[in-house]
Amino acid sequence: MTASILQAPDMTDHLDLLESHAIFILREVVAECEKPVLLFSGGKDSAVLLHLAAKAFAPQSLPFPVMHVDTGQNFPEVLDFRDDAVARHGARLVVASVQESIDQGRVADPGPLGPRNRLQTVTLLDAITAHGFDAAFGGARRDEDKARAKERILSFRDAFGQWDPRQQRPELWQLYQGRVNPGEHLRAFPLSDWTELDIWQYIERENMALPKIYFAHEREVVRRDGMLLAVGPFVEPRPGEEVERLVVRFRTVGDANLTGAVLSNAATLAAIVNEIALANVSERGATRGDDKFSETAMEDRKREGYF
Amino acid sequence: MKLAAKDLLRLATVGSVDDGKSTLIGRLLVDTRQLFDDQLDAVAAASEKRGVGDLDLSFVTDGLRAEREQGITIDVAYRYAATPTRKFIIADCPGHVQYTRNMATGASTADLALVVLNVAHGVKEQTRRHLCIAALLGVRTIIVAVNKMDEVNWSESAYVAVVDELTTLANELGFESVTPIPVSALLGENVVERSSHLDWYAGPSVLQALEACDAGSWTHAGSGSRLPIQWVLRQNGGGRTYAGMLNGSTLHEGDTVTLLPANIETTITSITSGSGPRHAATAGLSIDVGLADETDAGRGDLLATSPLPTVTKEFEATVCWFGEQPVRAGQRLRLKHTTKVTPARIRELSGVVDIETLSVEAGTQLATNDIGLVTIQTADALVVDDYRDNRVTGSFVLIDEVTNATVAAGMVGRASFL
Ligand SMILES: Nc1nc2c(ncn2[C@@H]2O[C@H](COP(=O)(O)OP(=O)(O)O)[C@@H](O)[C@H]2O)c(=O)[nH]1
Ligand SMILES: [Mg+2]
Repeated sequence: MTASILQAPDMTDHLDLLESHAIFILREVVAECEKPVLLFSGGKDSAVLLHLAAKAFAPQSLPFPVMHVDTGQNFPEVLDFRDDAVARHGARLVVASVQESIDQGRVADPGPLGPRNRLQTVTLLDAITAHGFDAAFGGARRDEDKARAKERILSFRDAFGQWDPRQQRPELWQLYQGRVNPGEHLRAFPLSDWTELDIWQYIERENMALPKIYFAHEREVVRRDGMLLAVGPFVEPRPGEEVERLVVRFRTVGDANLTGAVLSNAATLAAIVNEIALANVSERGATRGDDKFSETAMEDRKREGYF
Repeated sequence: MKLAAKDLLRLATVGSVDDGKSTLIGRLLVDTRQLFDDQLDAVAAASEKRGVGDLDLSFVTDGLRAEREQGITIDVAYRYAATPTRKFIIADCPGHVQYTRNMATGASTADLALVVLNVAHGVKEQTRRHLCIAALLGVRTIIVAVNKMDEVNWSESAYVAVVDELTTLANELGFESVTPIPVSALLGENVVERSSHLDWYAGPSVLQALEACDAGSWTHAGSGSRLPIQWVLRQNGGGRTYAGMLNGSTLHEGDTVTLLPANIETTITSITSGSGPRHAATAGLSIDVGLADETDAGRGDLLATSPLPTVTKEFEATVCWFGEQPVRAGQRLRLKHTTKVTPARIRELSGVVDIETLSVEAGTQLATNDIGLVTIQTADALVVDDYRDNRVTGSFVLIDEVTNATVAAGMVGRASFL
């Protein structure tokens, strides 16, 4: 212990308080639930969640496994990051595969290039049942979407995995109570009160590693449905689409065929924090094809049991 | 650009249905440019689709399908705003009596309540109920937006009449700081910018009042430190530390602490937070601490500095009942207090609060949304403070043993206005 790293007691800013709240939730759920799991997509929010989980239980290893619901349509950089992060934290990785759900006939096959985002719900719920998980940590934030803005930090799911927004449990003070009956489960969202800017300021402060695609780089893209899609195994240029080489980065990470890039020169964490502080389009509005379908796309997916 | 460190203020809207809470929050977010362009476009599109004008600002927070169809708020929406020095966590609460449990959810973590009332209607029963619950929950500071001033032709006398009525109630309920402001949420008058229609009013806008108010603390000066133990961490090379979120006064390395309920005195040898070792920690930080002596401390125990809390299996409390079925004395329930869960029962129901008069009447049961004075008996000993001294060690929830639903919010002791 060296004196220089000791902090004055008044050095508490909003990031310290958000971090503390998240760590509190992580510890509370682990203490109250039998078999939790942490949902890990390899994106920035789940990276922050894993980082916080490691802090919450250090120096012990993570008291729960990490689960990736794998659509098979990932950016390769994200899979690399997932494997690095899991190894660095000594975590146990469970992969729940959407391809397997398709092969087993649990969901209809949308074809090799078709969207798989919504299919994940079945894969996720099947895996939760198969492993007997009674709580699943997710990195969702309330500032992402108007339906998420309504959700409790500990959010109850019935025996069919459904969320009922009209019947949420009261959640008073920080008395998170996590008891469920067999077959039911909880989703726990320790990052509920973080905004996108908080996430980036925290990543910068903690100097965390992230998938490379979050930083500005040159890549081939096509313009489709108002998005810049990266040309690759899951996005083939269609007739009439022009392939352009642009300097871009990703603000969110989802399936490669549903996640748009943004034009950006932000190649460092400091530059990204500046960019986000000045942004006038939301992260989902800028980049996510999966939310564009209807006014209540997220609410509808959540009701079914989506993340 | 280096962004400045910010403090954190949690606020909740309270007041009766349709008085303009959601519209006010929507207006506040829009006029401070906290909404992204695409979010604003989506609100405009939803307004058009439902034929409610160009921009129904309540849709900024009323995001559920049913809420937009019915034009009401069902559950709390959390929204975020930031100024250069402050981050705001805003809970926009529902006004309907059947969603009181959701209002209590939003208000239970609030430092400040933003009371909204319609200048033409004044204080309604739900306004009284919400203010009463906010006061019970320990909110000390309220900003009162007297809304819909456009509908009374910006009349000063109409405003003064409502402020008088509200101030009388607020004084009865013991709020320490009351800031009334005439506004029109719909037209954006006095929400962010000062209004030109209200030249007789010299005070702040809602935003100015929010920026100026004390970020607040849940701790009274002179109360002790409290660390409810959540989890025991085994350290490399042997030894243990005890993890939890600190509340009450600042805890320092070297402080003498008492482990409760065992009543063992020991000394804090180390404090570690998310950012590493530190000499001291303030309330709201998740820390883990080392102790000088070997103990068998574990989850559900509490480390405290003096003045020490009370160890008890029976105590008086005020409860807000949210269960769908009424409850009577004798009912067995599960109780969660800090990090401890224990079987409990309502041993005695000593009174039910009449919201109209704030008097305590005799009663045999608590119906949904009733506030009652009870004696709670627990199977295991709890380590409690009076709620007015500490919102963490003074609060508990009651849980239905079969459905696991949270059926009551409980506060140790009796509020001074009851
Ligand atoms: N004239 C007028 N109408 C308002 C004002 N603020 C809100 N309203 C209207 O009052 C109704 C209820 O508003 P809402 O924000 O949903 O109320 P809440 O139930 O308290 O959240 C809506 O039709 C609003 O447009 C105001 O300042 N002036
Ligand atoms: Mg409302």
